[in-house]
Amino acid sequence: MRREAKSRRLGPFHAPDPVQTEPDTARQAGAGDRGGMEEKSRWHRFRRSEAFAGLTLISPTALYALLLLVAPLATILVYSFLTDGDTVTRIVWEFTFENYITTWTQPIYRAVMMRSLSVSMMVTAVTVILAFPVAYYVSFHVAPGRKALWLFLITIPFWTSYLIRVFLWKVILGYNGVINSGLTSLGLIDEPLTFILYNVNSIVLTLAHAYAPFAILPIFVALEKIDRSLLEAGQDLGESRLMTFWRVTLPLAMPGVVAAVLIVLIPTIGDYVTPQLIGGGKIPMIANLIQSQMLDQDNRPLGSALAVSAMLIVTVVALAFVLLNARFLRVKK
Amino acid sequence: MNNVPQAAAPAPIASRPTMIEFRDVHKYYGDYHALRGINATIKAGEFFSLLGPSGCGKTTLLRTIAGFEDISSGAVLIDGKHMVDVPANVRPTNMVFQSYAIFPHLTVEQNVGFGLRREGGTPAEKARRVEEALEMVGLKGFGKRAAHALSGGQRQRVALARALILKPKVLLLDEPLSALDKKMREQMQVELIRLQRQVGITFILVTHDQEEALVMSDRIAVMFEGQIAQLADPETLYRRPNSRQVANFIGVMNFLPAKVLTEAAGRIAIDVQGLGQTEIDATQAPGAVTGGEISVGFRPETLTMLYEGQTTTERETPGTIEEVVYYGDMTYYDVRLDGVDSPVRISMRNVFGRPVLDIGTRTRVAWSAGALVLFR
Amino acid sequence: MKGQGLRLYAILYLVFLYAPIALLPIFAFNDATIISFPLRGFTTEWFAALADLPTLHLALKNSLIIAVSSSVLATSLGIFAARASTRYEFPGKGGLMGLIMLPLVLPEVIVAMSLLMVLLGIGVNLAIWTVILGHTLICTPFAIAILSAAFQSLDKSLEEAAYDLGESKLSTFRLITLPLVMPGIISSLLISFTISLDEFIIAFFLAGSEPTLPVYIYSQLRFPKQIPAIMALGTILVALSVLLLTIAEYFRRRGLKKTGAKDTGGFL
Repeated sequence: MRREAKSRRLGPFHAPDPVQTEPDTARQAGAGDRGGMEEKSRWHRFRRSEAFAGLTLISPTALYALLLLVAPLATILVYSFLTDGDTVTRIVWEFTFENYITTWTQPIYRAVMMRSLSVSMMVTAVTVILAFPVAYYVSFHVAPGRKALWLFLITIPFWTSYLIRVFLWKVILGYNGVINSGLTSLGLIDEPLTFILYNVNSIVLTLAHAYAPFAILPIFVALEKIDRSLLEAGQDLGESRLMTFWRVTLPLAMPGVVAAVLIVLIPTIGDYVTPQLIGGGKIPMIANLIQSQMLDQDNRPLGSALAVSAMLIVTVVALAFVLLNARFLRVKK
Repeated sequence: MNNVPQAAAPAPIASRPTMIEFRDVHKYYGDYHALRGINATIKAGEFFSLLGPSGCGKTTLLRTIAGFEDISSGAVLIDGKHMVDVPANVRPTNMVFQSYAIFPHLTVEQNVGFGLRREGGTPAEKARRVEEALEMVGLKGFGKRAAHALSGGQRQRVALARALILKPKVLLLDEPLSALDKKMREQMQVELIRLQRQVGITFILVTHDQEEALVMSDRIAVMFEGQIAQLADPETLYRRPNSRQVANFIGVMNFLPAKVLTEAAGRIAIDVQGLGQTEIDATQAPGAVTGGEISVGFRPETLTMLYEGQTTTERETPGTIEEVVYYGDMTYYDVRLDGVDSPVRISMRNVFGRPVLDIGTRTRVAWSAGALVLFR
Repeated sequence: MKGQGLRLYAILYLVFLYAPIALLPIFAFNDATIISFPLRGFTTEWFAALADLPTLHLALKNSLIIAVSSSVLATSLGIFAARASTRYEFPGKGGLMGLIMLPLVLPEVIVAMSLLMVLLGIGVNLAIWTVILGHTLICTPFAIAILSAAFQSLDKSLEEAAYDLGESKLSTFRLITLPLVMPGIISSLLISFTISLDEFIIAFFLAGSEPTLPVYIYSQLRFPKQIPAIMALGTILVALSVLLLTIAEYFRRRGLKKTGAKDTGGFL
């Protein structure tokens, strides 16, 4: 059956139009004819093939991504191994590891990278743990007809200006902010609390709020895919609800949790706005450092090395998490 | 339906002109050899079926006629013309898809009249043709309906009307009845046969349902693994399958091991386990038996169970009933004949007043040599 | 019982999600220059003030140009990729699609910075169109996600049927494919428009001296006396986003209904 289904997709229906009216040289030449005909027919056949049609169709989008994403990323990779010049020359074409040595040994840079990593990990943990019950509720306890509405309500805040949402947390947490002015007018405090803004915790809180929908959706999708009869089977076989959740639901939801972790972790490591607004620019994360090296300090090679290092950290953490989870799942089985 | 001119008797299949010809058709998907040398001719006005299990290549073969599938080598001819490089949209064929492929954003009449867009004629003329086509499939007055509001059977009819309105030389039907329930399917089978007689063009049906193929077709090509295993009319296919594979795919067939004793003057003497020695006609070995160890097949309904005191002019063999399956109008008995390793299945029409026998009953089974088929 | 506890939690969670946004209209209509409690009374003064900010108007105009261009470009590129990935098998498909979808998981700062380095390197003057380049890049994955779903739910035999009935490939696309995926296309345009309109980082680095709406807002956040007006502006923007999303969701659902597919939920 699968073969036949595949055969349906492989039809020449979407092959480029004009070639269909050309005579097929291979077929007319017959089996005895070789050499040039063979070559020509291979090209001819490729032009009629599904692969050619697909590649042709995707080429504008792929080219765009190559030119505007891959080429720039390759550029900063190259920059990161070059030497910084003065403001006029900017970059000297001399190969060096100096930028990476600076990035990984200088205490300031190491501190910022560690902070970025720990902040994003905290954000991820908070977001995913808080999001799981919501996804579980929508998937298991909301009537099918109302699920779309819940998802819609959950996603709306994500689509409203990120900048304004971040700024609103500053309004809430600020010296004269909503919390302080609210508590003061209620007579609960005499002086505004100063420990709630401009620190790592407020950054974590703001980011956790900003990325909440990102965590809910993948978990929800994974939970939706779980065959409900499996859970009934679990209970039928004498497991308690809690054990069923632990032994059946959770392992099956893990792919969604992994997706949620990655989708929150990766962009939060590189967040720029929140440290700037909520941290008051005094608690920079890696993105702020990259920006200041690239533009303010005009040290493009060092900025590039920082950017490449950031991407490396993201990749390593993401891979480590995926592998860890794969092991966890295997042990579970 | 009533004004269809009743032709005296349709010309026999063999004498009709050829409509479609496959010449050593091969089809590869990468390394996968989907069609392995198909040779066949389909006649004008024939109701032809491609029958086989999923993955046997029957749909692929149908799609090479439609032009949706390129062939790797060989040739497909429609009405004497090579179809290589003739795209699907100009071939004289139209297709009824398995999913019906009713355009969901158009009304019934827009669906049916879709193919007329490129044809000449006034709007009134076109509207008349749409109305005629709808009437032909029994959907008169449904023209203004939205396509997505139709039932499965109605969609099927719209798909038929849409394909037939262009007066194709060949109508291709890709498992058209598989999505319908049993009752509806049987009704549509009869209607398709009527429709085919009415329009008189070649119908080519792809199906995995042997009963459907037997009921509807003039001829059937049974396909396995990209090859045609047997091409024959339904009766020949049922009574004289040329291989155990074909015999097993179409209906139920009992097999017993046997030995060829002598072969002379169109007669073959054989020794069958449990049944003993007998002689059959050479035409009862369509698969070309060469001698030595062979097997003999016979259909469940060619056997009769004899009740106590009943006599027969045929040969009879004693045995014990091992299993009884009651079907209402029929009862299936699995009987182990004396001296045979595995039971054979016998189907008996239930007659009022005659009891269904119990498991363990000793019985006698009547059989005739003329119903046997020899297999390698 | 268990469901009730979860329900309460889920509702509290929604309150947490919406609480900051709820402050926007509260302070946008509050008759005070400082954002703090207690409230001082009702005014529409801050909305009126928006009319007298020429830079804001320029930023709005720029943002609209950018958002319209990026959404059209991203949706066009998305149609190509979504069509290719849902209909064809070809070598390198996974790699190419991964590449195109990469901006979804790449920190925006890195996208913006690397693009900026190249643009500065080849001596391009930063302007509106450089922002359009960047926004198209980050909107395309979202467009593809939406359009893939639309193309996926389209039965291939519908196109084959039209072709079989004598239409050319082009007219088949126009008469069958396009009408059936149109809701997806509209939905993709609206989502891309919304993303581009809200996007800050890329606009901040690639716009040169041209302001866009988020860049303008960012620049005003430093001036406390501008905050109430920004709250008013934010209120309008949020209302607009919600409106666009509701329309997008409407078209997405209508598209599903049209092709008879099952609703599988949100945008992502």
